[in-house]
Amino acid sequence: MNGFSLRRLLAVIRKELRQLRRDRLTYAMIVGIPLMQLLLFGYAINMDVRHLPAAVVDQARSSASRELAEQLLQSRVFEFDEVLASPAAADRLLQQGTIKAAAIIPPDLEERLPDPDRKVFQLVVDGSDQVVQQAARQIGQFPVRSLMRGDASASSDDASAVEIVSYYNPQREAPLNTVPGLIGVILTMTMVMFTAIALVREREQGNLEFLITTPLSSAELTIGKVLPFIGIGLVQTTLVLILGAWVFQVPVRGSLLELYAAALVFIIASLALGIFISTLVTTQFQAMQAAIFTFLPQILLSGFIFPFEGMPTPAQWLAEVLPLTHFVRLVRGIMLRGAGLVDLWPELLALVVFATLAMLVATLRVHKRLD
Amino acid sequence: MATEPAAIVTHGLTRRFGSLTAVDHLDLEVPRSRVYGFLGPNGCGKSTTIRMLCGLLLPTEGDIRVLDLEIPRQAETLKRRIGYMTQSFSLYRDLSVTENLQFVANLFGLDRARTRRRLDELVQTYRLESLTAQLAGTLSGGQKQRLALAAAVLNEPELLFLDEPTSAVDPQSRRDFWAELFRLTEAGTTLLVSTHYMDEAERCHQLAILQEGRLMREGSPEQLKADLGALPLLVETDRPHAAELALADLPGVLSSAQIGATLRVLVDAEDTREPVTDRLRTQGIEARVSTTDPNLEDVFVAATQGGHRT
Ligand SMILES: Nc1ncnc2c1ncn2[C@@H]1O[C@H](COP(=O)(O)OP(=O)(O)OP(=O)(O)O)[C@@H](O)[C@H]1O
Ligand SMILES: [Mg+2]
Repeated sequence: MNGFSLRRLLAVIRKELRQLRRDRLTYAMIVGIPLMQLLLFGYAINMDVRHLPAAVVDQARSSASRELAEQLLQSRVFEFDEVLASPAAADRLLQQGTIKAAAIIPPDLEERLPDPDRKVFQLVVDGSDQVVQQAARQIGQFPVRSLMRGDASASSDDASAVEIVSYYNPQREAPLNTVPGLIGVILTMTMVMFTAIALVREREQGNLEFLITTPLSSAELTIGKVLPFIGIGLVQTTLVLILGAWVFQVPVRGSLLELYAAALVFIIASLALGIFISTLVTTQFQAMQAAIFTFLPQILLSGFIFPFEGMPTPAQWLAEVLPLTHFVRLVRGIMLRGAGLVDLWPELLALVVFATLAMLVATLRVHKRLD
Repeated sequence: MATEPAAIVTHGLTRRFGSLTAVDHLDLEVPRSRVYGFLGPNGCGKSTTIRMLCGLLLPTEGDIRVLDLEIPRQAETLKRRIGYMTQSFSLYRDLSVTENLQFVANLFGLDRARTRRRLDELVQTYRLESLTAQLAGTLSGGQKQRLALAAAVLNEPELLFLDEPTSAVDPQSRRDFWAELFRLTEAGTTLLVSTHYMDEAERCHQLAILQEGRLMREGSPEQLKADLGALPLLVETDRPHAAELALADLPGVLSSAQIGATLRVLVDAEDTREPVTDRLRTQGIEARVSTTDPNLEDVFVAATQGGHRT
């Protein structure tokens, strides 16, 4: 071997950046994919959560119950203009999709109001709709007891006043979870596919045949081609974070630095997967297919779309092997629960192990010959 | 100088792809500072042999020594001392002429000042001055070839492999290209050129004629023509096509090719000249049969159709 040369590595990086700059499509995809995905997935979060059709089932028929109905109407989140006689009628309308929620006011409303141990009323929502989930959460924060007492500010006994019963989606996945997970999805999609394609391109277009007869080592070539993508991955992460905060008010409650550290490990894991794929295929098209092949199970099983706990056990085992599963947990923990990497170390460890193994296998498979 | 070992020596060099034997027990000896040609039809194993000699492909069997290095074991050391111009364009189409050359210069570890000097030289030698900023993908066939050659010789290699370097180039450009190649040999570079053009083969100091991975003939063009082992006949007739058909199944006729109004017939020996004249007469074809000087095409035909003889 020739040893590792920084000059050759830099030459490859410079070449790669030049080519990237001239490749409008890739360029557009680097920015376009996060933008499009964020808006597509984010749309569900941002949809105007006002005026959702809803009904009130007033079983108390008292002045207090009428006042409560009035207060709910004021909330503007749900449009409680339908007044129904029985919970059964509400169920039917929910099933039809005519209403998205129903407030069930119990006959003993007056007795419940002063008792902090009891729920004041029940909100039945269509849990199949993420928007409704979000809206229900707002009603859940509704300071019923204070309002009914006529207090200006909420008090401690408001906390558990509303019982939310979610139909069709008892897990109540928060739509807020979408944006953090989306970082992982976008990184998987672009990192794996772009590296695999970029590496296979050298082979497919015949460049490799010339490169092999120069002192360039396969490590210099691979690392040089892959390093720019680490930068691209971090740019994409930043893009999603900024847009997520700006458009959808998604917070970063934990450390931003730790978030980027987790993203970096995940990017490296994805790049290693991309390198590995590039050693298995011979054309750019095959590389794309193989990338999608690794990408679909990750999206479906990582907990990004379907809650992990709801999956059958074998699917859970499979999910544990996929890097995205661990990254989704990491990023949700850091962004939403304010957790640190220390608390989430098993997930980080899993990512590190995956990245190391994939890099090892990939390096063993990349060799400086045509056959 | 005279005792300097050959640039390339192989013994029993063989490469199989599955059941196909692309290169079949080649014994080669390529002298230094010469142009050595591989002449052979498509698929005869020219590229495969070159790839094995550069260490790009592993041989299935056989030994290779290139520039006194054992290949593939010492291939990495060899790579600094050779240049390789691939059969299809292998530089980056989306980089400019200068960017491509700069990249190659960096790979060979040239520093900034030397890179600039070397690039100036190359751009001038290979007439790329007006094209430096143009993307390689938009160059014409001949311009691409000159750029590829410039990249292949950038590290001033002792040994240069050229795989069908002029396949997409007009005759004038081909002549210019060869002038550049000869300049390189004068400077001491050894050249290994593969081709299927006779005029190109004619220029080589030494030739190896390959067929189906086997070495059929080896020697200088003059030597090969002198040792043809067959006799070219010129058949002048008004009906060359009929004459060709008439002679097709005659024993001793190796091949025939129509060239303008004449038919060039290659026969195995002087004895076959009589039967040729007889056959044409009995078929009622008026013709004048004379002998002519052998050319490389005759050598090629005799070598690839006249059985094995090395
Ligand atoms: N990677 C490979 N896998 C399978 N077969 C191969 C491979 N490379 C070459 N061959 C086969 O080996 C034989 C020799 O190929 P090679 O490219 O060396 O021919 P060539 O003399 O260079 O031909 P051409 O003049 O068309 O370039 C051909 O039959 C080809 O199909
Ligand atoms: Mg070839």
